[in-house]
Amino acid sequence: MLIIHCPNCGVTAEETEFHAHGEAHLKRFGPGSADDEFESYLFMRRNPKGVHFERWRHQYGCGKWFHVARDTVTLEVFGSYSAQTTEPPEEILQAIRDRRPEWELT
Amino acid sequence: MSEPVTALMGAEDKVGIATITEGGPLGMITLRGDLSDKALKKAAVAAGGVTMPEQGHCNNEGEKGIAWMSPDELLIMCPYVEVHDRLADLQAKLAKGHALAVNVSDARATFLVTGPRAREVMGKLSPVDLHPDRFQPGMFRRTRLAQIPAAFWMPEEETFQIVCFRSVARYAFDVLKVAAQPGSEVGYFTS
Repeated sequence: MLIIHCPNCGVTAEETEFHAHGEAHLKRFGPGSADDEFESYLFMRRNPKGVHFERWRHQYGCGKWFHVARDTVTLEVFGSYSAQTTEPPEEILQAIRDRRPEWELT
Repeated sequence: MSEPVTALMGAEDKVGIATITEGGPLGMITLRGDLSDKALKKAAVAAGGVTMPEQGHCNNEGEKGIAWMSPDELLIMCPYVEVHDRLADLQAKLAKGHALAVNVSDARATFLVTGPRAREVMGKLSPVDLHPDRFQPGMFRRTRLAQIPAAFWMPEEETFQIVCFRSVARYAFDVLKVAAQPGSEVGYFTS
């Protein structure tokens, strides 16, 4: 069971009040892009064993989107942050490095 | 004009460890917009008849009230018969800005759970920390009630008021009734 904090409404609750919506920080390839780029944008998703960045929605609460950094093996949640960003903020990266010194952002 | 009818015609259950009553009809207006905007705040306070609530809170005075729903949404409550006038007034005041106000009175159902074991009944259905130190009168929480979305607050100690969609009113009432069935005391919050 994950305990997740919603940065939009300030509520901290367990995961059944939220819904995960897959990998965060995707780069969009729209019309005019190469076929393989478009394919990878549409279908190819990372499935890491370890640190992962995901989009979540506060489904039963405020209904807003945000991002969560967590570990897919230990289910440890490193923190959540605004969805209005293209990369994880420094404090989240620091929180991950504190717990996983050998981890690197790829 | 036709008579307003609530979803369950004022259903009531008094046999369990807490009393469950269907409330209403209650006037409810959903207001979406920039909550930091002064004109919007002023209009909301005029329509709700109470002061602006803080994040995650709800201000109530009888049937009048304002609840903080999300960073850009308020729920304004008022007596059912006044909702049309209040909405028209609110929309007129907000006409210049970018905001949306809709009468949702007939799209919602409300319930009251009362009694010393009300916290237990709610705690069985929602993933919310309802310890008396953590959830207190004045706080407002949008969450789920078993399988349906619902919002609740405590107008006073030992009373929860719940708002949910009218289409799931029967489910909400039945699930509350089961959670409060006789002999189902947990005693978690009462020592």
